Amino acid sequence: MKTITLTIDEKTVEATEGEMLLWVALDNDIYIPNLCALKARPLPDANCRLCWVDIEGRSAPVTACNEPVYNGMVVKTGTERVVRLQQTALELILSTHPVDCGRCGKNKRCELQKIARHLRTKLKQKRLRDISKRLPIDSSHSLFSYDPNKCVLCGRCIWVCKEEQKVGTLHFAYRGFAMVVTAFGGAPLGEADCTMCGRCVEVCPVGSLIFKNAEK
Amino acid sequence: MRQSSSTTDEKEIRETVAIILQNFSPLKENLIPILQSVQSAVGYIPQPAMKQVASFLAVPAGEVFGVATFYNQFRLIPPGKHPVKVCLGTACHVKGGNIILEEWKRRLGIDEGGVTQDREFSLDRVACVGCCALAPVVLVEEEVFGTMSPSAVEGILLRIRIEKERRSGCGGNEE
Ligand code: FES
Ligand code: FES
Repeated sequence: MKTITLTIDEKTVEATEGEMLLWVALDNDIYIPNLCALKARPLPDANCRLCWVDIEGRSAPVTACNEPVYNGMVVKTGTERVVRLQQTALELILSTHPVDCGRCGKNKRCELQKIARHLRTKLKQKRLRDISKRLPIDSSHSLFSYDPNKCVLCGRCIWVCKEEQKVGTLHFAYRGFAMVVTAFGGAPLGEADCTMCGRCVEVCPVGSLIFKNAEK
Repeated sequence: MRQSSSTTDEKEIRETVAIILQNFSPLKENLIPILQSVQSAVGYIPQPAMKQVASFLAVPAGEVFGVATFYNQFRLIPPGKHPVKVCLGTACHVKGGNIILEEWKRRLGIDEGGVTQDREFSLDRVACVGCCALAPVVLVEEEVFGTMSPSAVEGILLRIRIEKERRSGCGGNEE
């Protein structure tokens, strides 16, 4: 694979041609907000719409997680229109996400907190109506608990369950605002086929899937 | 969403689905056509049927559940004896279809997608029945009721009740 150079925010970095821009930036300590991307995933579905960047020569911002790098690429991560898109995407996600960080097991390790800090915006948003799901928390599993209300529907857990672990227990179900991550028939996760690998919990960017013994 | 079908029902469903599956090759893109066939044969898509379809296509059952719950056209619970479908297509929507839907909800005491306790009625919304000139339109079983008004709901219910009584009155002919 060919090594190439590109510039991200005036910084010259090296990368392998064809790598996705998001990972190149993150590996070089340049943060781009992201929720749904997973490095191992060959075809990102780019559903969170947070990883916007501007690329010289492109008329509109693009998502970095599915943008392959090339030699001489010039990237800007913090332009006004990029930040606006990111702020709106974050607002949309937060309009369905209960903000109760003080009592959340993911407090201080939550990707949403990190993104809000990066964008210098508040987690308590006011512009959009709150449409939290208000579903019961599923604590039937011995290893972890699942709060569907905090889920941002990034699909990371589904991908590791199906493609990495070849188990395929977790899936999206229903549609639109009613969409949830769930097992077959909406069964409690404790009753679903599960190999206890814990990968879904590890990749959850927020406090939706949480290990029961918080040390892990 | 658990159904309380007896074991004979389950066996019947399994056999029906097995026959349907003979007409398809086990390709993932056949999932929706298969589910449609199951629904038209069984009236809805029972969870055991989803599992059967999943193993036929060699996909996780959760994936079939995901597709079945994604599309409005699929029912997950058995329909009532008289399925009521309120049209909320563009024309019917403009002509106040949602008011008609509200009235059915109130009269039947169920929500969209629901079935009455006695399993007589189920209520669903559909998008354009194809006779927009009659908007707002309601389908009860296969019968079309056009230019509906909220007060007409009562009349339809009454008619169905009278018919039912007549049938049980002349004895033995109840399905
Ligand atoms: S990380 Fe790129 S869209 Fe989610
Ligand atoms: S919109 Fe109702 S019949 Fe066409």
